[in-house]
Amino acid sequence: MIAFGRLLERLAFTPSRNGRLAHLATYFRATADPDRGFALAALAGTLALRSAKPGLLRGLAAARTDPELFALSYEFVGDLAETVALLWPAPSDPAAAPPRLAEIIAGLGATPPAELPALLAGWLDRFDPGTRLALLKLVTGGLRVGISARLAHLALAAAFGVAPEAIAEVWHALEPPYLPLFAWLEGTAPRPDPADTPHFRPPMLAHPLEAADAAALDWSAYRAEWKWDGIRVQLVATRTGRRLFSRGAEDISAAFPEILAAMEFAAVLDGELLIRRGTEIAPFATLQRRLNRKSPGAKLLAEAPAHVRLYDILFDGSEDLRPLPFDARRARLEALLARERPAAMDLSPLIAFQDGSELAALRAGARAAGIEGLMLKHGASPYLAGRARGPWWKWKRDPLAIDAVLMYAERGHGRRSGFYSDFTFGLWRADGELVPVGKSYSGYTDAELRLLDRFVRTHTTARFGPVHEVEKSLVLEIGFDSAQRSTRHKSGVALRFPRILRLRPDKPAAEADRLDALTAIL
Amino acid sequence: MQAPESWLHPTPAGLYCEPGGFHVDPVRAVPRAVITHAHSDHARPGHQEVLASPETLALMRARLGPARAGLRQRALGWGEVVRVGDVALRLVPAGHVLGSAQVVMEYAGTRAVVSGDYKRHPDPTCRPFEAVACDLFVTEATFGLPVFRHPAPEGEIARLLASLALFPGRCHLVGAYSLGKAQRVIALLRAAGWERPVFLHGAHAALCAVYETLGVRLGPLAPVPAGKGRLAGEIVLAPPSALADRWLARLADPLVACASGWMGIRARARAGGVELPLVLSDHADWDALLATIAEVDAPEVWVTHGREDALLRAMALAGRRARALRLIGYGEEDAAEDAPAA
Repeated sequence: MIAFGRLLERLAFTPSRNGRLAHLATYFRATADPDRGFALAALAGTLALRSAKPGLLRGLAAARTDPELFALSYEFVGDLAETVALLWPAPSDPAAAPPRLAEIIAGLGATPPAELPALLAGWLDRFDPGTRLALLKLVTGGLRVGISARLAHLALAAAFGVAPEAIAEVWHALEPPYLPLFAWLEGTAPRPDPADTPHFRPPMLAHPLEAADAAALDWSAYRAEWKWDGIRVQLVATRTGRRLFSRGAEDISAAFPEILAAMEFAAVLDGELLIRRGTEIAPFATLQRRLNRKSPGAKLLAEAPAHVRLYDILFDGSEDLRPLPFDARRARLEALLARERPAAMDLSPLIAFQDGSELAALRAGARAAGIEGLMLKHGASPYLAGRARGPWWKWKRDPLAIDAVLMYAERGHGRRSGFYSDFTFGLWRADGELVPVGKSYSGYTDAELRLLDRFVRTHTTARFGPVHEVEKSLVLEIGFDSAQRSTRHKSGVALRFPRILRLRPDKPAAEADRLDALTAIL
Repeated sequence: MQAPESWLHPTPAGLYCEPGGFHVDPVRAVPRAVITHAHSDHARPGHQEVLASPETLALMRARLGPARAGLRQRALGWGEVVRVGDVALRLVPAGHVLGSAQVVMEYAGTRAVVSGDYKRHPDPTCRPFEAVACDLFVTEATFGLPVFRHPAPEGEIARLLASLALFPGRCHLVGAYSLGKAQRVIALLRAAGWERPVFLHGAHAALCAVYETLGVRLGPLAPVPAGKGRLAGEIVLAPPSALADRWLARLADPLVACASGWMGIRARARAGGVELPLVLSDHADWDALLATIAEVDAPEVWVTHGREDALLRAMALAGRRARALRLIGYGEEDAAEDAPAA
């Protein structure tokens, strides 16, 4: 556990990708089974630990600290586990041997929930602050060291001299502590065979198309589709089972029973999950209602029926189509749909176009519900795991923008903790009142964050618990993708993907936009 | 007996001692100011008369220029008692930076102590904090949360030296405030046996020179040479605001460290792009704040700036009367150093 804690600490402060890969590779080579497999799972987010709710950490802290002091500390640190790790009294018995990672995993699995706090407290007493933090992060499932499964695969590949794609391919069919994986990597066993299990395959991702990329593009080599405003899903149906996965490999089958029921085929398909009413695509907010429900009721199923708009095929039966060019896969996908005619699914149409300027015009006009812009896919490209630059581009429409006035601020969590980093902003109503239209905690640079933080600290006019009301004097340029009617906001409008494009300290607050500017585009 | 609350008042300009006719660390220009230490948030320019320790006056002259460091400057030796108006006033070491003092005021049979910024860890560059029993203790609370327990400074310096041993090809750039922290880091390095020259960003050179003239030995210092990719395996000190500068191109594969009490919070360290956070503070940590208040044993405690809510809570739990002054304008030493300095 101490080695794992040290690894996490080094990763937390090593910004460069190569540096992180080196730390990881060193750890995987130097650490024994099964610890390293559990560490790999923890880093890649595949470790399922039960009974590790944040409330448990609060309880641990509450047993040793004053609740108000704890609350103030947590508000400042912004991270529950770190707060507890820092507040925890020094080891009561530094001589006691601290447990290994595998012992901790086993202990967590074997201990009834009621006895978990005592177990954790005993471990915390045997650790230094850094390892304490690692333990708490582990049991709450939020290591947040920015190691994706992809990076973990790259590190394994570097450590043992194999291709990262070969690891990614078998990865989702294996489970922690990945003993067959490490046995294969060390050359003592053959490569594991995922065979017929309905498991996730790493998806192909697109790069944003910047102006310079667009200028250099050979448009004739690319196919265009609408970029749908739903969530990316992978449909996996084999002899042994059916699964619906999110882009992040999360199994969301149970939330969308109508899609599972329609998967009367043997294939792995790639598409966009949408809510479709007749021929209309519902706004993203409707899909959000479905995503929030682990198992939807009959009413919700009827009100918000799910639909998959398919755009690629990875496997037809057991035949791996990923090496085929896009055009050939597209033909196979169309053939499969013609053959199987699955319910609740259709094909994402290809958009005919002559040149880039025609597509640019289409993109600028793409304001319909359910469309975020365009996708460009190279006709000759195989299906490549990860975000390769070139074969797939996403070309989102330009954001809309308003000038709003900063109204409230809260301290952030995670990387932004300790800073005022969550901002509520508003527009002027016709009667001269400033009404909130949205909240954002992104878009700004680190330098802008420091300016915002200082502004909040020096312009606070009232406090409502953690929320600081500020002097209504700072104008923020807010970018957003669309505006929707909302009964939850005083302004009656909600913004989608609001982000702070820049600070406008030059602009008087009175000259910020009026609410009419937003209601006009609903 | 007149309780200090009746003769010491928080005002928009800062704490005002009525019978003495002076402010302590005023944030705007006043006729008569008593200054605890030379950090820019406490030692503002343009006062008519300034009373402070000789070291603080020297540092103020170096930072503000002689013309802006007070029209009349009055140096107060350690322990020397002077009468200002109807108040008996003396300065007692605060252990924060060179020259830093607590202001001890006695009037009408009661004693108030304004501690300014202070710490309890030993610091080879300044006199250690001395606790003075009082009826009113005015304290800072920069690190006034139980999550702040500063580790031993020697351990943090050992981590810097260990990193140098591990990455001999990288220049180690240490962010440190130019007044106090930079000199303390140098002194700690010397104590740990680092005998090589310590290279300085321009902002640090002038104040290190003042420290030397005031008798603090810092060993060999040198400016960062021009060129690109220099000083592999060496230590360079720079203000925290210069850590992301184009100036970094001069250094060989720089590994950015930062010496600050805030480095104990991971998000703070990461937000600053720091690869080696060194938890090294010139302020009292949580345990030191509580221990100091218990030691001076004042029935009334005022908190000037920082994380006052938690300290007030701890006082309530300890059954001690306390209030937050929420004085605006302190705790921005780093902001003051955002000014460009080559």
